[in-house]
Amino acid sequence: MAELGFVIAMSVMTLFWGIIGGVVPWFIPKGPNRGVIVTMLVLTAVCCYLFWLIAILAQLNPLFGPSLSTDTIWYLNYHWP
Amino acid sequence: MVFRSEEMCLAQLFLQSGSEYDCISELGELGLVEFRDLNPSVSSFQRRFVSEIKRCDEMERILGYLLREIQKANIAVPEEDESPVAPPPRQVLEIMEQLQRLEMELSEVARNKEKLQRNLLELTEYTHMLKITRTFIHSRSRVSALGPQYEEFPTMETDSVTGCTGMQRLGAKLGFVSGLIQRVKVEAFERMLWRVCKGYTILSYAEVEENLADLDTGEISKSVVFLISFWGDQIGQKVQKICDCYHCHLYPHPENDEERADVLDSLRTRIQDLNNVLHRTEDYLRQVLQKASESAYTWVVKVKKMKAIYHILNLCSFDVTNKCLIAEVWCPVSDLANLRGALEEGARKGDSTVPSFVNRIPSSDTPPTMLRTNKFTSGFQSIVEAYGVGDYREVSPAPYTIITFPFLFAVMFGDLGHGMVMSLFALWMVLTEKKQKKKQSSNEIWAMLFNGRYIILMMGLFSIYTGLIYNDCFSKSLNIFGSGWSVKAMFTNQQWTNKTLQTNALLTLDPNVSGVFIGPYPFGIDPIWNMAVNRLSFLNSYKMKMSVVIGVIHMSFGVVLSVFNHLHFRQKFNVYLLFLPELLFLLCLFGYLVFMILYKWLAFGARDSSQAPSILIHFINMFVMQGKDLTPLYPGQTGLQIFLVVIAMLSVPVLLLGKPLYLYWLYRGGKGLSRRRGYERVRRVSEDDNSTAPSYEDDEEEGLDKIPSRESRKVPLSFLYLGYDIYFVCLCGLCIFLAFVVLFSELSEVLWGMVMRLGLRITTRVGVVFLVPVFGLFAMLTVSILLVMEGLSAFLHALRLHWVEFQNKFYHGTGVKFVPFDFSLLPSVFEQDGLL
Repeated sequence: MAELGFVIAMSVMTLFWGIIGGVVPWFIPKGPNRGVIVTMLVLTAVCCYLFWLIAILAQLNPLFGPSLSTDTIWYLNYHWP
Repeated sequence: MVFRSEEMCLAQLFLQSGSEYDCISELGELGLVEFRDLNPSVSSFQRRFVSEIKRCDEMERILGYLLREIQKANIAVPEEDESPVAPPPRQVLEIMEQLQRLEMELSEVARNKEKLQRNLLELTEYTHMLKITRTFIHSRSRVSALGPQYEEFPTMETDSVTGCTGMQRLGAKLGFVSGLIQRVKVEAFERMLWRVCKGYTILSYAEVEENLADLDTGEISKSVVFLISFWGDQIGQKVQKICDCYHCHLYPHPENDEERADVLDSLRTRIQDLNNVLHRTEDYLRQVLQKASESAYTWVVKVKKMKAIYHILNLCSFDVTNKCLIAEVWCPVSDLANLRGALEEGARKGDSTVPSFVNRIPSSDTPPTMLRTNKFTSGFQSIVEAYGVGDYREVSPAPYTIITFPFLFAVMFGDLGHGMVMSLFALWMVLTEKKQKKKQSSNEIWAMLFNGRYIILMMGLFSIYTGLIYNDCFSKSLNIFGSGWSVKAMFTNQQWTNKTLQTNALLTLDPNVSGVFIGPYPFGIDPIWNMAVNRLSFLNSYKMKMSVVIGVIHMSFGVVLSVFNHLHFRQKFNVYLLFLPELLFLLCLFGYLVFMILYKWLAFGARDSSQAPSILIHFINMFVMQGKDLTPLYPGQTGLQIFLVVIAMLSVPVLLLGKPLYLYWLYRGGKGLSRRRGYERVRRVSEDDNSTAPSYEDDEEEGLDKIPSRESRKVPLSFLYLGYDIYFVCLCGLCIFLAFVVLFSELSEVLWGMVMRLGLRITTRVGVVFLVPVFGLFAMLTVSILLVMEGLSAFLHALRLHWVEFQNKFYHGTGVKFVPFDFSLLPSVFEQDGLL
């Protein structure tokens, strides 16, 4: 179950940024700004994907859990699924 | 804007004598080329077109006077959307004449107006004086009616028939001097009169209620009307002299009441007439100025363009044999066709029979650097250029900066709410662009913010993204996908009971228990961490590793870009002697660190958390080559580490010493290739006796000969810089980066806790009213401290990271910028004075 969630998230994000960085540049019309726009798209895709990837990899195998106050625990016990 | 700056060429323009003015005017409108000065040894007074420039200066002087008068009259000068073209020389005389006529008219009218005003003031003063002295006389007569009657000073009333004869009985004539004097001088005046005339004068004075303007100084001051009655001629002269000395305005004193009434009447009519005339004069002046203001803008622009054209014509050299002007320009190669078109257009306008033409000439000078930008990219280009204008045909970091700069800023700033506020502000600036440009406010800080509107927009958008990933919105987290940690599971697995809750204040979730940790949050940081007490120990470790990874990737990107520079400038040896060792050093040490970070994230989980190694200790041990007692992360770790350290250590001497040794070897005439080249060079030199530079061909040959002298001087510096660079800057930059990354979220949480929470805690109805000022305070502090202060510091640090860690790896930034001759780039003198 957990694995499935991870796999879905991973594939969706990779696909999304992959399209932005790898597919959309081919469809930018020729003009004086084509080079700039393509560079911007590729760099955005790389930066944003990398940033998201680091965030999810850092949480994949947590070494310790969060310490909560008992009030918070009581609240979460009843209100979160 | 492209990968590297544009190719430029040096061109010679042959301008025929009839059409030179029009050709240059065409070029100025298009802004294609940069002119070189062909007469550097000639002083500005000896140049050919000095008289024309003097004429333009004269016209500008008249225009300045005109604009000042228009501004004084509070008439607005309408600006036209289309800029008028520079006028041909024959129109110049017309404009000159018009301006001179206007100037004469204006000065005449102004003079007349001044005269009238002076007159009016005198009449007004006279009127006041008459009114006030009447009160003196009457009050004095009242006073003297009560007191004892003295023979010497009979009352005026009883003496109206006899006039002054009563006084003449005593053989002395009672004289009066009346006038106005400034309030501040009255006491001194009185004292002087007393001392000089020894009591033979009586001074009475009263203040005028109305404030009169003193024409000489233009300031409004209080005046005092005085009446001096004296006895005797000699005293009279002394009194006159004293009055002159104190700059009093004297007016004749009437003998009796009827005369006074007559004079008052005539004065009144005269004042009325004068007022009428004055009004008419002002109206006329206003009309003249109104008419002038309609064409003032056109004239200013025309004169400015004319002057600029003559300046450029002064830079050209005159060829006597061909009777044409020769100009040398730097022109982008891709614009040569446009240049030809402009010259043809100019020739057509000038009605010249022989067309002007362009001739491209080879040159050994380094051309200026030109990068085409539009309104979006110009902001980022100026950030890059603040470090230094790129060398000719060097790889430009600007296209990457468009994304990496806002991204690095956002990594440090990362807050959803603040990012949205920033983006909205920038969006507003972008959408109201045209309006703001017309306003042209003089506030420098606002001008800077406005010029960077696209940068701020990008920064805001990226901050929204990183804010979503950090899950930080005004220091609160969003729970969009459902947290990956379940508290219920701790209860269902009998780890916790209600009793545990009562006896403990803090409890830690254990990921080893099944069901507690469901999976990583799919987008960003899990929202449960916002409520956790040990939030910082998780976040700090995450952010530290993230900044190392991002920093190393950014630096490697910079190093890789340097390859393109080396290959373009045909310095292939640089690839082996600079690029390769640098990359190896970077990757073997810091790249390996990145690998270890990733490996630890993937390989170690909650199950073996007690054995999870500290990366830092492993990294340090790698250098020290110890750590046999540490359990390895993976089999073969020690061997691999030793190998990497050895490679890194080997690449350092290659990096520092390889290039100078190679150049020294070349300079000495290293065997094979270079000797042959040397022979070729000698031959070429003997052919071209005049040329100072050996060749004007490729950088290759230039490179071989010039490198030892030029670059060998650069090398010792690059040594030191490299050492400094790698050891201190990398780590220092990363540390500060990390500090920012951690700091901002803390500040924002503190603000929330101290301000908003106070307002939200109040549970009574009154609390709602109280919430409004609390929110206002929160908003104000958010904007001023968090957005402005932190935004500025994150901006500066991102800038510094770009300049030092990224650009330093491949960008030299020692070039000269291409400044084309363009009318729109020339500022008008009047705009600077605020007259237009």
